[in-house]
Amino acid sequence: MTKKAFRPDVDAPEYKGAYVPYDIIKEGAIAVLVVFILTAALALVFSSPDEKAVTIKTWSNADAVDFAQTAGDELAGTSAVANYGAPYNNNGTSQHWGFLSPEKWVGVRIKIDTTKDFVIDPLSAQPAQPALTAALNEWNSASSATQTTWDNAFNKAEPNLTFSNGQVRIPTKAAGPIPVLLNYETQMARSGALDQALVTQSGFYTTNYTKPLLFISDGTYFAGLADKQHLTGSQWGMMNETGQYPGQAWLWLYTFWYQVHPYSTSASGDFLVWGTMMILTALMILLPFIPGLRSIPRRLKIYRIIWREHYAAE
Amino acid sequence: MSTDIERQWTSRIRHSVVDKLPPDKLLPDTQPAYVASWIYVFGVTTMAALAVVIATGCILALDGPQWWHSSTLGHYINSMHLWSVEIFFFAMVVHLWGKFSMAAWRGGRSMTWVTGAVTFLASILAGFTGYVSQTNFDSQWIATQAKDGINSTGGGAFFNVLNLGQMLMWHIVLLPIAAVVLTGLHVVMVRIRGVVPPFEDTKTEVAA
Repeated sequence: MTKKAFRPDVDAPEYKGAYVPYDIIKEGAIAVLVVFILTAALALVFSSPDEKAVTIKTWSNADAVDFAQTAGDELAGTSAVANYGAPYNNNGTSQHWGFLSPEKWVGVRIKIDTTKDFVIDPLSAQPAQPALTAALNEWNSASSATQTTWDNAFNKAEPNLTFSNGQVRIPTKAAGPIPVLLNYETQMARSGALDQALVTQSGFYTTNYTKPLLFISDGTYFAGLADKQHLTGSQWGMMNETGQYPGQAWLWLYTFWYQVHPYSTSASGDFLVWGTMMILTALMILLPFIPGLRSIPRRLKIYRIIWREHYAAE
Repeated sequence: MSTDIERQWTSRIRHSVVDKLPPDKLLPDTQPAYVASWIYVFGVTTMAALAVVIATGCILALDGPQWWHSSTLGHYINSMHLWSVEIFFFAMVVHLWGKFSMAAWRGGRSMTWVTGAVTFLASILAGFTGYVSQTNFDSQWIATQAKDGINSTGGGAFFNVLNLGQMLMWHIVLLPIAAVVLTGLHVVMVRIRGVVPPFEDTKTEVAA
Protein backbone atom coordinates (compact mmCIF):
# COMPACT_ATOMS: atom_id res chain seq x y z
CA MET A 1 0.00 0.00 0.00
CA THR A 2 1.37 3.39 -0.93
CA LYS A 3 1.36 6.22 1.57
CA LYS A 4 0.70 9.87 0.79
CA ALA A 5 1.13 12.90 2.95
CA PHE A 6 -1.73 13.57 5.36
CA ARG A 7 -3.40 16.88 4.45
CA PRO A 8 -4.91 18.16 7.70
CA ASP A 9 -7.47 20.41 5.95
CA VAL A 10 -8.62 17.69 3.55
CA ASP A 11 -8.12 14.35 5.30
CA ALA A 12 -9.61 13.26 8.58
CA PRO A 13 -7.95 10.87 11.00
CA GLU A 14 -9.63 7.55 11.59
CA TYR A 15 -11.44 7.65 14.92
CA LYS A 16 -10.60 4.71 17.15
CA GLY A 17 -12.00 6.07 20.39
CA ALA A 18 -15.10 5.35 22.41
CA TYR A 19 -18.73 5.42 21.27
CA VAL A 20 -21.62 6.51 23.46
CA PRO A 21 -25.35 5.71 23.30
CA TYR A 22 -27.31 7.95 20.91
CA ASP A 23 -31.07 7.92 20.25
CA ILE A 24 -31.41 9.77 16.96
CA ILE A 25 -35.22 9.41 16.79
CA LYS A 26 -35.67 10.72 20.34
CA GLU A 27 -33.35 13.64 19.57
CA GLY A 28 -35.37 14.56 16.47
CA ALA A 29 -38.70 14.27 18.28
CA ILE A 30 -37.53 16.46 21.17
CA ALA A 31 -36.14 19.04 18.72
CA VAL A 32 -39.46 19.27 16.85
CA LEU A 33 -41.40 19.59 20.11
CA VAL A 34 -39.09 22.29 21.51
CA VAL A 35 -39.08 24.31 18.27
CA PHE A 36 -42.88 24.01 18.00
CA ILE A 37 -43.39 25.27 21.56
CA LEU A 38 -40.86 28.09 21.07
CA THR A 39 -42.49 29.11 17.79
CA ALA A 40 -45.98 29.05 19.28
CA ALA A 41 -44.79 31.18 22.22
CA LEU A 42 -42.96 33.73 20.04
CA ALA A 43 -46.00 34.01 17.77
CA LEU A 44 -48.25 34.54 20.78
CA VAL A 45 -46.03 37.20 22.37
CA PHE A 46 -44.70 39.06 19.32
CA SER A 47 -47.29 38.25 16.59
CA SER A 48 -46.24 39.38 13.07
CA PRO A 49 -46.46 42.61 11.06
CA ASP A 50 -49.14 43.13 8.42
CA GLU A 51 -49.23 46.69 7.07
CA LYS A 52 -51.95 47.05 4.46
CA ALA A 53 -50.84 47.15 0.85
CA VAL A 54 -50.76 50.54 -0.84
CA THR A 55 -53.22 50.88 -3.71
CA ILE A 56 -53.34 53.55 -6.37
CA LYS A 57 -56.67 54.53 -4.83
CA THR A 58 -55.18 55.09 -1.34
CA TRP A 59 -52.15 56.86 -2.83
CA SER A 60 -54.16 59.27 -5.02
CA ASN A 61 -56.56 60.06 -2.19
CA ALA A 62 -53.74 60.62 0.32
CA ASP A 63 -51.52 62.68 -2.00
CA ALA A 64 -53.31 63.65 -5.22
CA VAL A 65 -50.53 66.04 -6.25
CA ASP A 66 -47.84 63.37 -6.06
CA PHE A 67 -50.09 60.99 -7.96
CA ALA A 68 -50.89 63.51 -10.72
CA GLN A 69 -47.23 64.50 -11.05
CA THR A 70 -46.23 60.84 -11.33
CA ALA A 71 -48.98 60.12 -13.85
CA GLY A 72 -47.79 63.14 -15.85
CA ASP A 73 -44.24 61.77 -15.80
CA GLU A 74 -45.53 58.39 -17.00
CA LEU A 75 -47.41 60.11 -19.82
CA ALA A 76 -44.44 62.27 -20.76
CA GLY A 77 -42.03 59.35 -20.54
CA THR A 78 -39.83 61.03 -17.93
CA SER A 79 -40.46 58.71 -14.96
CA ALA A 80 -37.91 56.28 -13.54
CA VAL A 81 -39.73 53.28 -15.03
CA ALA A 82 -40.06 54.99 -18.42
CA ASN A 83 -36.26 55.35 -18.47
CA TYR A 84 -35.42 52.07 -16.72
CA GLY A 85 -34.07 50.04 -19.61
CA ALA A 86 -34.13 46.24 -19.73
CA PRO A 87 -36.14 44.20 -19.03
CA TYR A 88 -38.93 46.82 -19.34
CA ASN A 89 -37.86 49.01 -22.26
CA ASN A 90 -34.87 50.25 -24.26
CA ASN A 91 -34.78 53.76 -22.82
CA GLY A 92 -32.21 53.46 -20.05
CA THR A 93 -28.53 52.79 -19.60
CA SER A 94 -28.02 49.19 -18.55
CA GLN A 95 -25.99 48.43 -15.45
CA HIS A 96 -22.62 47.01 -16.34
CA TRP A 97 -19.06 46.27 -15.22
CA GLY A 98 -16.67 46.70 -18.08
CA PHE A 99 -18.07 44.77 -21.02
CA LEU A 100 -20.28 42.66 -18.72
CA SER A 101 -23.90 43.76 -19.00
CA PRO A 102 -26.25 40.75 -18.76
CA GLU A 103 -29.24 43.10 -18.33
CA LYS A 104 -28.56 44.46 -21.82
CA TRP A 105 -27.80 41.03 -23.28
CA VAL A 106 -31.15 39.64 -22.13
CA GLY A 107 -33.02 42.68 -23.45
CA VAL A 108 -36.67 43.66 -23.14
CA ARG A 109 -38.84 40.72 -22.03
CA ILE A 110 -41.46 42.44 -19.82
CA LYS A 111 -42.39 45.31 -22.10
CA ILE A 112 -43.60 48.45 -20.32
CA ASP A 113 -44.57 51.56 -22.27
CA THR A 114 -45.57 53.92 -19.45
CA THR A 115 -47.40 56.37 -21.73
CA LYS A 116 -49.59 53.69 -23.21
CA ASP A 117 -49.80 51.16 -20.36
CA PHE A 118 -50.21 53.55 -17.41
CA VAL A 119 -52.24 56.40 -18.93
CA ILE A 120 -53.60 56.14 -22.47
CA ASP A 121 -54.87 52.53 -22.38
CA PRO A 122 -56.64 52.79 -18.99
CA LEU A 123 -58.28 56.09 -20.03
CA SER A 124 -59.30 54.64 -23.39
CA ALA A 125 -61.11 51.82 -21.58
CA GLN A 126 -63.30 54.32 -19.72
CA PRO A 127 -66.93 54.86 -20.79
CA ALA A 128 -67.10 57.54 -23.50
CA GLN A 129 -67.08 61.10 -22.12
CA PRO A 130 -66.86 63.95 -24.64
CA ALA A 131 -64.00 65.87 -22.98
CA LEU A 132 -61.95 62.73 -22.37
CA THR A 133 -62.59 61.37 -25.86
CA ALA A 134 -61.55 64.67 -27.40
CA ALA A 135 -58.37 64.82 -25.30
CA LEU A 136 -57.46 61.23 -26.20
CA ASN A 137 -58.10 61.92 -29.89
CA GLU A 138 -55.96 65.04 -29.70
CA TRP A 139 -53.11 63.11 -28.05
CA ASN A 140 -53.32 60.09 -30.34
CA SER A 141 -53.48 62.13 -33.54
CA ALA A 142 -50.60 64.45 -32.61
CA SER A 143 -47.13 63.97 -34.02
CA SER A 144 -44.41 62.89 -31.61
CA ALA A 145 -42.85 66.36 -31.96
CA THR A 146 -46.09 67.98 -30.80
CA GLN A 147 -46.41 65.49 -27.94
CA THR A 148 -42.86 66.35 -26.89
CA THR A 149 -43.72 70.06 -26.89
CA TRP A 150 -46.72 69.36 -24.62
CA ASP A 151 -44.55 67.12 -22.42
CA ASN A 152 -41.93 69.83 -22.04
CA ALA A 153 -44.56 72.41 -21.09
CA PHE A 154 -45.97 69.99 -18.52
CA ASN A 155 -42.53 69.23 -17.08
CA LYS A 156 -41.89 72.97 -16.63
CA ALA A 157 -45.22 73.53 -14.87
CA GLU A 158 -45.19 70.25 -12.92
CA PRO A 159 -43.60 71.59 -9.68
CA ASN A 160 -46.48 74.07 -9.37
CA LEU A 161 -49.23 71.50 -9.98
CA THR A 162 -52.03 71.77 -7.41
CA PHE A 163 -55.14 69.82 -6.51
CA SER A 164 -58.31 71.41 -5.14
CA ASN A 165 -62.05 70.75 -5.35
CA GLY A 166 -61.35 67.41 -7.00
CA GLN A 167 -59.48 69.05 -9.89
CA VAL A 168 -55.83 68.89 -10.90
CA ARG A 169 -54.60 72.36 -11.89
CA ILE A 170 -51.51 72.70 -14.04
CA PRO A 171 -50.42 76.34 -14.51
CA THR A 172 -49.73 76.22 -18.23
CA LYS A 173 -51.76 76.56 -21.41
CA ALA A 174 -49.08 74.97 -23.58
CA ALA A 175 -49.50 71.36 -22.44
CA GLY A 176 -52.20 70.47 -24.97
CA PRO A 177 -54.58 67.75 -23.72
CA ILE A 178 -52.32 66.73 -20.80
CA PRO A 179 -54.28 68.63 -18.08
CA VAL A 180 -57.54 67.00 -19.19
CA LEU A 181 -55.96 63.55 -19.39
CA LEU A 182 -54.42 63.90 -15.92
CA ASN A 183 -57.69 65.06 -14.43
CA TYR A 184 -59.50 61.99 -15.73
CA GLU A 185 -56.56 59.77 -14.72
CA THR A 186 -56.69 61.22 -11.19
CA GLN A 187 -60.47 60.75 -10.96
CA MET A 188 -60.05 57.20 -12.16
CA ALA A 189 -57.31 56.58 -9.61
CA ARG A 190 -59.27 58.07 -6.69
CA SER A 191 -62.26 55.85 -7.49
CA GLY A 192 -60.15 52.67 -7.55
CA ALA A 193 -60.79 52.06 -11.24
CA LEU A 194 -57.13 52.54 -12.20
CA ASP A 195 -56.03 49.75 -9.86
CA GLN A 196 -58.38 47.38 -11.63
CA ALA A 197 -57.47 48.64 -15.10
CA LEU A 198 -53.74 48.08 -14.52
CA VAL A 199 -54.17 44.64 -12.99
CA THR A 200 -56.61 43.31 -15.56
CA GLN A 201 -54.74 44.42 -18.67
CA SER A 202 -53.62 40.83 -19.17
CA GLY A 203 -57.11 39.35 -18.95
CA PHE A 204 -59.80 38.27 -16.50
CA TYR A 205 -57.62 36.01 -14.37
CA THR A 206 -54.36 37.52 -13.25
CA THR A 207 -51.79 37.25 -10.50
CA ASN A 208 -49.29 39.62 -12.07
CA TYR A 209 -48.95 43.01 -10.37
CA THR A 210 -45.94 44.24 -12.31
CA LYS A 211 -47.65 47.30 -13.81
CA PRO A 212 -49.39 48.74 -10.73
CA LEU A 213 -46.30 48.09 -8.58
CA LEU A 214 -44.03 49.87 -11.04
CA PHE A 215 -46.47 52.79 -11.24
CA ILE A 216 -46.73 53.07 -7.45
CA SER A 217 -42.95 52.81 -7.04
CA ASP A 218 -42.46 55.85 -9.29
CA GLY A 219 -44.25 58.17 -6.83
CA THR A 220 -42.69 59.73 -3.73
CA TYR A 221 -45.65 58.70 -1.52
CA PHE A 222 -44.64 55.02 -1.53
CA ALA A 223 -40.98 55.75 -0.72
CA GLY A 224 -42.10 58.14 2.04
CA LEU A 225 -44.05 55.36 3.74
CA ALA A 226 -41.03 53.05 3.45
CA ASP A 227 -38.76 55.72 4.92
CA LYS A 228 -41.02 56.00 7.97
CA GLN A 229 -40.76 52.22 8.36
CA HIS A 230 -36.91 52.34 8.07
CA LEU A 231 -37.01 50.28 4.88
CA THR A 232 -35.07 52.37 2.37
CA GLY A 233 -31.75 51.33 0.91
CA SER A 234 -29.70 53.65 3.13
CA GLN A 235 -31.51 52.18 6.15
CA TRP A 236 -30.32 48.62 5.38
CA GLY A 237 -33.34 48.30 3.13
CA MET A 238 -35.05 45.06 2.42
CA MET A 239 -33.46 42.99 5.18
CA ASN A 240 -35.75 44.99 7.50
CA GLU A 241 -39.44 44.55 8.01
CA THR A 242 -42.22 46.93 8.98
CA GLY A 243 -42.33 47.56 12.72
CA GLN A 244 -39.68 46.21 15.07
CA TYR A 245 -39.48 42.71 13.58
CA PRO A 246 -36.18 41.03 12.74
CA GLY A 247 -36.92 40.64 9.00
CA GLN A 248 -34.47 38.89 6.69
CA ALA A 249 -31.43 39.38 8.94
CA TRP A 250 -29.60 36.71 6.95
CA LEU A 251 -29.35 39.20 4.07
CA TRP A 252 -27.08 41.46 6.15
CA LEU A 253 -24.01 40.98 3.97
CA TYR A 254 -25.98 41.62 0.74
CA THR A 255 -27.47 44.78 2.24
CA PHE A 256 -24.13 45.85 3.74
CA TRP A 257 -22.56 46.48 0.33
CA TYR A 258 -25.26 49.04 -0.48
CA GLN A 259 -24.02 51.15 2.46
CA VAL A 260 -20.39 51.50 1.28
CA HIS A 261 -18.52 53.09 -1.60
CA PRO A 262 -18.28 52.33 -4.52
CA TYR A 263 -21.48 50.26 -4.38
CA SER A 264 -23.50 53.07 -2.80
CA THR A 265 -22.50 55.67 -5.39
CA SER A 266 -22.10 53.71 -8.64
CA ALA A 267 -24.83 53.85 -11.30
CA SER A 268 -24.23 50.10 -11.63
CA GLY A 269 -24.31 49.55 -7.85
CA ASP A 270 -26.86 46.71 -8.03
CA PHE A 271 -24.79 44.79 -10.54
CA LEU A 272 -21.60 45.31 -8.50
CA VAL A 273 -23.32 44.09 -5.33
CA TRP A 274 -24.71 41.01 -7.09
CA GLY A 275 -21.35 40.31 -8.71
CA THR A 276 -19.60 40.54 -5.36
CA MET A 277 -22.17 38.31 -3.69
CA MET A 278 -21.96 35.73 -6.47
CA ILE A 279 -18.19 35.52 -6.05
CA LEU A 280 -18.46 35.26 -2.25
CA THR A 281 -21.20 32.63 -2.58
CA ALA A 282 -19.09 30.57 -4.98
CA LEU A 283 -16.19 30.77 -2.50
CA MET A 284 -18.45 29.57 0.31
CA ILE A 285 -19.80 26.62 -1.69
CA LEU A 286 -16.37 25.59 -2.98
CA LEU A 287 -14.53 26.25 0.30
CA PRO A 288 -13.39 22.62 0.75
CA PHE A 289 -11.50 22.81 -2.55
CA ILE A 290 -9.73 26.15 -2.07
CA PRO A 291 -6.23 25.93 -0.53
CA GLY A 292 -5.63 28.63 2.03
CA LEU A 293 -9.28 29.33 2.74
CA ARG A 294 -9.90 25.77 3.86
CA SER A 295 -7.02 26.12 6.35
CA ILE A 296 -8.65 29.00 8.21
CA PRO A 297 -10.61 26.85 10.72
CA ARG A 298 -7.47 24.88 11.68
CA ARG A 299 -5.57 28.11 12.24
CA LEU A 300 -8.40 29.83 14.14
CA LYS A 301 -8.51 26.88 16.57
CA ILE A 302 -12.14 27.46 17.54
CA TYR A 303 -12.46 23.69 17.13
CA ARG A 304 -10.50 23.28 20.38
CA ILE A 305 -13.46 24.83 22.22
CA ILE A 306 -15.96 22.64 20.40
CA TRP A 307 -14.00 19.46 21.07
CA ARG A 308 -12.53 20.54 24.43
CA GLU A 309 -13.71 17.36 26.19
CA HIS A 310 -12.07 15.22 23.53
CA TYR A 311 -8.75 17.06 23.84
CA ALA A 312 -8.95 17.09 27.66
CA ALA A 313 -9.34 13.30 27.63
CA GLU A 314 -6.28 12.77 25.40
CA MET B 1 -32.92 -17.09 -12.59
CA SER B 2 -30.99 -15.64 -9.67
CA THR B 3 -28.63 -13.94 -12.15
CA ASP B 4 -31.62 -12.31 -13.82
CA ILE B 5 -32.85 -11.05 -10.49
CA GLU B 6 -29.41 -9.76 -9.55
CA ARG B 7 -29.31 -7.79 -12.83
CA GLN B 8 -32.61 -6.02 -12.17
CA TRP B 9 -32.37 -2.27 -11.68
CA THR B 10 -34.32 -2.71 -8.47
CA SER B 11 -31.86 -5.28 -7.10
CA ARG B 12 -28.84 -3.24 -8.07
CA ILE B 13 -30.19 -0.07 -6.50
CA ARG B 14 -31.19 -1.92 -3.32
CA HIS B 15 -27.75 -3.47 -2.97
CA SER B 16 -26.06 -0.17 -3.62
CA VAL B 17 -28.20 1.66 -1.08
CA VAL B 18 -27.83 -1.00 1.60
CA ASP B 19 -24.06 -1.20 1.03
CA LYS B 20 -23.60 2.54 1.36
CA LEU B 21 -26.18 3.18 4.02
CA PRO B 22 -26.92 0.08 6.10
CA PRO B 23 -29.70 0.44 8.70
CA ASP B 24 -27.27 0.91 11.58
CA LYS B 25 -25.75 3.90 9.81
CA LEU B 26 -29.10 5.36 8.78
CA LEU B 27 -30.52 5.08 12.28
CA PRO B 28 -27.53 4.71 14.59
CA ASP B 29 -27.86 3.93 18.31
CA THR B 30 -24.34 5.07 19.22
CA GLN B 31 -22.13 7.97 18.20
CA PRO B 32 -18.46 8.87 18.68
CA ALA B 33 -17.70 10.29 22.12
CA TYR B 34 -16.28 13.50 20.60
CA VAL B 35 -19.79 14.53 19.51
CA ALA B 36 -20.27 16.31 22.81
CA SER B 37 -20.96 19.99 22.28
CA TRP B 38 -24.03 22.21 22.11
CA ILE B 39 -22.99 23.17 18.59
CA TYR B 40 -24.25 19.78 17.36
CA VAL B 41 -27.78 20.70 18.43
CA PHE B 42 -28.16 23.29 15.68
CA GLY B 43 -28.26 20.82 12.79
CA VAL B 44 -31.28 18.97 14.15
CA THR B 45 -32.80 22.27 15.29
CA THR B 46 -32.63 23.51 11.70
CA MET B 47 -34.48 20.41 10.50
CA ALA B 48 -37.05 20.69 13.27
CA ALA B 49 -37.66 24.34 12.36
CA LEU B 50 -38.00 23.35 8.70
CA ALA B 51 -40.72 20.88 9.72
CA VAL B 52 -42.62 23.63 11.58
CA VAL B 53 -42.13 26.05 8.65
CA ILE B 54 -43.63 23.51 6.24
CA ALA B 55 -46.48 22.56 8.58
CA THR B 56 -47.52 26.18 9.20
CA GLY B 57 -47.10 26.96 5.49
CA CYS B 58 -49.43 24.08 4.63
CA ILE B 59 -52.08 25.45 7.01
CA LEU B 60 -51.70 28.92 5.44
CA ALA B 61 -52.15 27.33 2.00
CA LEU B 62 -55.50 25.79 2.93
CA ASP B 63 -57.59 28.87 2.20
CA GLY B 64 -55.42 30.71 -0.34
CA PRO B 65 -52.78 33.41 -0.08
CA GLN B 66 -54.82 36.18 1.58
CA TRP B 67 -57.18 34.76 4.19
CA TRP B 68 -54.70 35.32 7.02
CA HIS B 69 -55.11 39.12 6.71
CA SER B 70 -58.69 38.97 8.00
CA SER B 71 -58.59 35.99 10.35
CA THR B 72 -57.24 35.96 13.90
CA LEU B 73 -56.36 32.30 13.55
CA GLY B 74 -54.78 32.95 10.15
CA HIS B 75 -52.71 35.80 11.53
CA TYR B 76 -51.49 33.59 14.37
CA ILE B 77 -50.50 30.82 11.95
CA ASN B 78 -48.71 33.44 9.85
CA SER B 79 -46.87 34.58 12.99
CA MET B 80 -45.83 30.98 13.67
CA HIS B 81 -44.66 30.72 10.06
CA LEU B 82 -42.58 33.88 10.49
CA TRP B 83 -40.99 32.89 13.80
CA SER B 84 -40.24 29.33 12.70
CA VAL B 85 -38.45 30.84 9.68
CA GLU B 86 -36.43 33.08 12.02
CA ILE B 87 -35.50 30.07 14.19
CA PHE B 88 -34.70 28.06 11.05
CA PHE B 89 -32.23 30.63 9.75
CA PHE B 90 -30.71 31.32 13.17
CA ALA B 91 -30.07 27.61 13.71
CA MET B 92 -28.84 27.12 10.15
CA VAL B 93 -26.32 29.97 10.36
CA VAL B 94 -24.97 28.76 13.71
CA HIS B 95 -24.79 25.23 12.25
CA LEU B 96 -22.89 26.56 9.24
CA TRP B 97 -20.35 28.48 11.35
CA GLY B 98 -19.97 25.46 13.62
CA LYS B 99 -19.23 23.17 10.68
CA PHE B 100 -16.84 25.74 9.26
CA SER B 101 -14.96 25.86 12.57
CA MET B 102 -14.67 22.06 12.51
CA ALA B 103 -13.60 22.04 8.82
CA ALA B 104 -16.38 19.48 8.50
CA TRP B 105 -15.55 18.81 4.85
CA ARG B 106 -12.49 16.71 5.83
CA GLY B 107 -12.33 12.99 5.22
CA GLY B 108 -14.33 12.83 1.99
CA ARG B 109 -17.13 15.06 3.28
CA SER B 110 -16.72 17.90 0.79
CA MET B 111 -20.07 17.19 -0.92
CA THR B 112 -21.76 17.25 2.48
CA TRP B 113 -20.49 20.82 2.84
CA VAL B 114 -21.52 21.70 -0.73
CA THR B 115 -25.08 20.37 -0.34
CA GLY B 116 -25.39 22.22 2.98
CA ALA B 117 -24.23 25.49 1.42
CA VAL B 118 -26.59 25.09 -1.55
CA THR B 119 -29.44 24.31 0.87
CA PHE B 120 -28.64 27.59 2.62
CA LEU B 121 -28.96 29.43 -0.72
CA ALA B 122 -32.21 27.67 -1.63
CA SER B 123 -33.56 28.58 1.80
CA ILE B 124 -32.65 32.24 1.33
CA LEU B 125 -34.53 32.23 -1.96
CA ALA B 126 -37.48 30.45 -0.32
CA GLY B 127 -37.53 33.05 2.46
CA PHE B 128 -37.31 35.91 -0.02
CA THR B 129 -40.17 34.62 -2.20
CA GLY B 130 -42.21 34.27 0.98
CA TYR B 131 -41.58 37.88 1.92
CA VAL B 132 -42.71 39.11 -1.52
CA SER B 133 -45.80 36.86 -1.44
CA GLN B 134 -47.32 38.32 1.74
CA THR B 135 -49.71 40.57 -0.25
CA ASN B 136 -49.12 43.53 2.05
CA PHE B 137 -46.93 46.66 2.18
CA ASP B 138 -43.85 44.66 3.11
CA SER B 139 -44.15 42.51 0.02
CA GLN B 140 -44.76 45.53 -2.21
CA TRP B 141 -41.70 47.38 -0.92
CA ILE B 142 -39.34 44.40 -0.85
CA ALA B 143 -40.37 43.39 -4.38
CA THR B 144 -39.92 46.86 -5.86
CA GLN B 145 -36.51 47.20 -4.19
CA ALA B 146 -35.29 43.71 -5.04
CA LYS B 147 -36.20 43.99 -8.71
CA ASP B 148 -33.26 46.31 -9.40
CA GLY B 149 -30.67 43.85 -8.14
CA ILE B 150 -32.16 40.87 -9.97
CA ASN B 151 -32.75 42.90 -13.14
CA SER B 152 -29.09 43.99 -13.16
CA THR B 153 -28.06 40.34 -13.56
CA GLY B 154 -30.48 39.77 -16.42
CA GLY B 155 -32.38 37.33 -14.21
CA GLY B 156 -35.29 39.70 -13.63
CA ALA B 157 -36.50 39.08 -17.17
CA PHE B 158 -37.26 35.48 -16.20
CA PHE B 159 -37.69 35.70 -12.41
CA ASN B 160 -40.08 38.65 -12.07
CA VAL B 161 -40.34 39.53 -8.38
CA LEU B 162 -43.32 41.82 -9.13
CA ASN B 163 -45.33 38.86 -10.43
CA LEU B 164 -47.15 37.54 -7.37
CA GLY B 165 -48.27 34.35 -9.10
CA GLN B 166 -44.74 33.41 -10.10
CA MET B 167 -43.27 34.23 -6.67
CA LEU B 168 -46.00 32.33 -4.82
CA MET B 169 -45.51 29.23 -6.97
CA TRP B 170 -41.78 29.28 -6.35
CA HIS B 171 -42.40 29.81 -2.64
CA ILE B 172 -44.91 27.04 -2.06
CA VAL B 173 -43.87 24.45 -4.67
CA LEU B 174 -40.44 24.67 -6.29
CA LEU B 175 -38.26 25.99 -3.47
CA PRO B 176 -39.74 23.83 -0.67
CA ILE B 177 -39.12 20.78 -2.87
CA ALA B 178 -35.55 21.96 -3.46
CA ALA B 179 -34.98 22.66 0.24
CA VAL B 180 -36.39 19.29 1.35
CA VAL B 181 -34.54 17.26 -1.31
CA LEU B 182 -31.25 19.06 -0.61
CA THR B 183 -31.72 18.63 3.15
CA GLY B 184 -32.43 14.94 2.60
CA LEU B 185 -29.28 14.55 0.50
CA HIS B 186 -27.26 16.43 3.10
CA VAL B 187 -28.49 14.24 5.95
CA VAL B 188 -27.91 11.03 3.98
CA MET B 189 -24.32 12.14 3.32
CA VAL B 190 -23.83 12.86 7.02
CA ARG B 191 -25.15 9.40 7.87
CA ILE B 192 -22.94 7.69 5.26
CA ARG B 193 -19.69 9.40 6.27
CA GLY B 194 -20.48 10.06 9.93
CA VAL B 195 -19.63 13.19 11.90
CA VAL B 196 -16.18 14.59 11.13
CA PRO B 197 -13.56 13.63 13.76
CA PRO B 198 -11.48 16.24 15.61
CA PHE B 199 -8.20 17.52 14.17
CA GLU B 200 -5.17 15.53 15.21
CA ASP B 201 -2.17 17.74 14.60
CA THR B 202 0.33 14.89 14.95
CA LYS B 203 -1.05 12.94 11.98
CA THR B 204 1.40 13.01 9.06
CA GLU B 205 0.29 10.44 6.50
CA VAL B 206 -2.80 8.64 5.28
CA ALA B 207 -3.37 5.39 3.40
CA ALA B 208 -3.81 6.05 -0.33
